[in-house]
Amino acid sequence: MVVGASAAGLAAAETLRREGYDAALTLVGDEPHLPYDRPPLSKQVLASAWEEDRLRLRRAEDLAALDLDLRLGVAATGLDATGRVVRLADGSEVPYDGLIVATGVRPRRLPGEGAHVLRTLGDALTLRERLTPGRRLVVVGAGFLGAEAAAVARRLGARVTLLEPAAVPLAHAVGDEVGRVLSQAHRDRGVDLRCGVTVTEVTEDGVRLDGGEIVEADEVLVAVGSVPNTDWLAGGGPRVADGVVCDAYLEAARGVYAAGDVARWYNPLFGTSMRVEHRTNAAEQGMAAARNLLAAPHARRPFAPVPYFWSDQYDLRVQAYGHLRGHDEMAVVEGDLAGRRFVAAYRTGDRVSGALAVGMPPKAIRPWRQAIAAGAAWGERVPVPAGE
Amino acid sequence: MTRPMSGPTVELESDKCVASGQCVVAAMQVFDQDDDGIAILLDERPAPALLDDVREAVAVCPAAAIRLVER
Repeated sequence: MVVGASAAGLAAAETLRREGYDAALTLVGDEPHLPYDRPPLSKQVLASAWEEDRLRLRRAEDLAALDLDLRLGVAATGLDATGRVVRLADGSEVPYDGLIVATGVRPRRLPGEGAHVLRTLGDALTLRERLTPGRRLVVVGAGFLGAEAAAVARRLGARVTLLEPAAVPLAHAVGDEVGRVLSQAHRDRGVDLRCGVTVTEVTEDGVRLDGGEIVEADEVLVAVGSVPNTDWLAGGGPRVADGVVCDAYLEAARGVYAAGDVARWYNPLFGTSMRVEHRTNAAEQGMAAARNLLAAPHARRPFAPVPYFWSDQYDLRVQAYGHLRGHDEMAVVEGDLAGRRFVAAYRTGDRVSGALAVGMPPKAIRPWRQAIAAGAAWGERVPVPAGE
Repeated sequence: MTRPMSGPTVELESDKCVASGQCVVAAMQVFDQDDDGIAILLDERPAPALLDDVREAVAVCPAAAIRLVER
């Protein structure tokens, strides 16, 4: 049984079938739609460049071939990992032999009514209807999601204010220098980017800052991170701590594995526990969880990927490999920041832990992915700057 | 490498490609990227030994732009 019918859950279900599991397979999703892709929501869908049909992750005939007991539009509400039963919102109970938890995350919200969030297809379609030229949009949170939405909204002619509590947007994810490069791209396009401001609530007129000031808006988009969907697991067996806690094999409790945005697992490549909210990780992790669920204990493999993400903001394509969070040092190894064409390498301890490229051909960053996967020593790959 | 006369074929919808390069990471004998990062299909009927790599590419493609048609 797989709970969660997005990228991770679908990859898990497909892999179970491919690896020879041919008994009953239930796939539960709380949204009414067939599995669809989320990254385009804040990009092509918001920009009205793509319609709903392009988001479908698999064609109907490919899904049919999986022979699933597909339960869409119904959320899981409870788990009994001892009795091996999942309870659903429609009152039914589904027994399982093995379970993969892929219930994803939901947007964190702010006090007050009327703000948009951007997680589902419905969210994206609702917001894009309102983004008409001249309309005032306040985006709370200048992370990747908020920044992408701000970029699209500017293109559509909306007046955009981007409010960010940190001094530099995305600094925790990509470092101060790269964060500043991306900030400048927004300012160049006429976004009113204000850093170091904390929004306390959504009001009828816009949002209220912690000093009491109101920033007026016609539409408010709250993009202040997300919360793992683990409520339904409470008391059911797996430990929950900002995600379902898994070992390196993605096992959370006996017979229960997790994958995708909801899974916090120990990644042996980086020697740390992580939870990754990126599209490619969801698919890779869904596949890995399915394989380990079916495998004999000695045949299971640790999940030790090099995470990857990308982001489109205006004409900037950001691509990154590795685990950049908490890095100790960043060095530009090709191109330059001012030209917005560069590859940056990240050091954690004495190893290359991450790499990020803006506006560079793919071949420029690929060797860095290999360096990260190999745990390459920083000193061997990054030249010491002159004068040190 | 022997090329099978029949067997699964790979379909790539280039217009959906978002240039992530994940297919090249998964199956570099089957996919490459042009200078803009857009995926290029090198081998539309890969040898059986490469099919698991291709399936990995299908699954990790962030744009769902690759299909393996098992005939």
